[in-house]
Amino acid sequence: MKKLIILAGAAFFITGTISAQKFYTKNGKINFDATSSSSPERVEGVNRTATCVVDVASGAMQFAVLMKGFAFERALMEEHFNENYIESHKFPKAEFKGSIVNNSSVNYSKDGSYTVTVKGKLTIHGETKDVETQGKLIVEKGKINAIADFSVLLADYNISIPGLVADKVSKTAKITVNCSLEPLKS
Amino acid sequence: MKKLSSLILFVSVSVLVCKSAIGQDEDLLKLVGGDERPQKERIKYAFKSPRVINSHSMEFLNPGTMDFRILHRFGQLDQGYKNFFGLDQASMRMSFDFGIMQNLMVGVGRSTYKKELDAFIKYAPMRQSTGPWSSPVTIALVSGISMDGLPWADPNRKNFFTSKLAYYFQAIIGRKFSEGFTLQITPTMVHKNIVPLQTDPNNIYALGIGGRLKLSQRIAFTWDYTHVIIGMPDSGYYHPLSVGFDIETGGHVFQLHFSNATGMNERAFITETTGQWGKGEIRFGFNLSRVFQIKKRKR
Repeated sequence: MKKLIILAGAAFFITGTISAQKFYTKNGKINFDATSSSSPERVEGVNRTATCVVDVASGAMQFAVLMKGFAFERALMEEHFNENYIESHKFPKAEFKGSIVNNSSVNYSKDGSYTVTVKGKLTIHGETKDVETQGKLIVEKGKINAIADFSVLLADYNISIPGLVADKVSKTAKITVNCSLEPLKS
Repeated sequence: MKKLSSLILFVSVSVLVCKSAIGQDEDLLKLVGGDERPQKERIKYAFKSPRVINSHSMEFLNPGTMDFRILHRFGQLDQGYKNFFGLDQASMRMSFDFGIMQNLMVGVGRSTYKKELDAFIKYAPMRQSTGPWSSPVTIALVSGISMDGLPWADPNRKNFFTSKLAYYFQAIIGRKFSEGFTLQITPTMVHKNIVPLQTDPNNIYALGIGGRLKLSQRIAFTWDYTHVIIGMPDSGYYHPLSVGFDIETGGHVFQLHFSNATGMNERAFITETTGQWGKGEIRFGFNLSRVFQIKKRKR
């Protein structure tokens, strides 16, 4: 009987530690760069409030980014980003839901840098597209730093660049992700 | 006893199975999204520009930016082909407005009409917002001064510098009702230190109504009407009405419009509008606004 109670306790304890095998941040950094090669000014915004959760057991990975949180060098650029291109009043969030394809090759209990392939669905401006990119997971002292960069074609997300600004705004945007993830205590 | 132990075993096993079974398709973001409190958020971009057409709008310049504005009012349309529907003549105002804080801006301008120099300060104690402790409207206060630059009408009499000055005080109560529709009312008082006739009032009270209807992402229909309530001279002067379009092209905002007013500062367009819409005494005009980022933003 006693053994059984210990087993029951262990069951709760073990499941507890399994669910703690998730890492998260609410201050992830995401850069959005749509500077055209001929542009005299940088069309580049940074967001430091991205939410990211990674389940290291399954390799599942999710991001959510508030579009209004992107800050640009020029206030007018930020206005145009929100008002004319991203339409953040209609589509306030960008989301990514996917997984680490080669999750089994990452040893989360050992410090080191691991190259991973991430695959999933990215939603921007109300449009969802499949994306796949290489990234890096740096495991250090029980924390994970997730780094990746990839390009998206703005037309894929129904964002059109008028000819008048084509010399400044590129048709593709480079997105850089840099998140420092901490263990999620449940 | 045996029953109890097998029950405990069953529960513990099922807990294990269940907890690991969830993991697959759950929404991970829900795990961290629980403590998000609603935040107060300012409603932005009620107008494309800090001016509706002639009047101040409820919108402010961003801090660290400068708005360089070039305003033109052409001659009256009813002059016909002889003056190319007024385009042969032009009156202009050039101005520099500066955003100091989110809710504070100042500006200076110079008009060809009466060679007037004008300046204003605009402050909003309350901005329209959503979330806790939010305000349904923006309330802004404007105080301005203008100085007549013409030579004295009668240089032989004793003239005082203060006679060149006029002031205005304005409150702007505005609301962006939806993404496409903004409306504001602007109670205004204009004080002129000197008036041409003894019967003319020094204080003029007026109420303005301005608005915007967005037609597309980059084009909006705007209107700007000021009704002079007290202090309208008996004849020859009318209430200024302007209607037009805001067209945004990357770095510029063009405001193309028709108006019966020539003046481009508050004293001039509220108290000295001589055109009558009904008689075709309308002028074509445009405002060109270019906003420069003069102070690097912290990001």
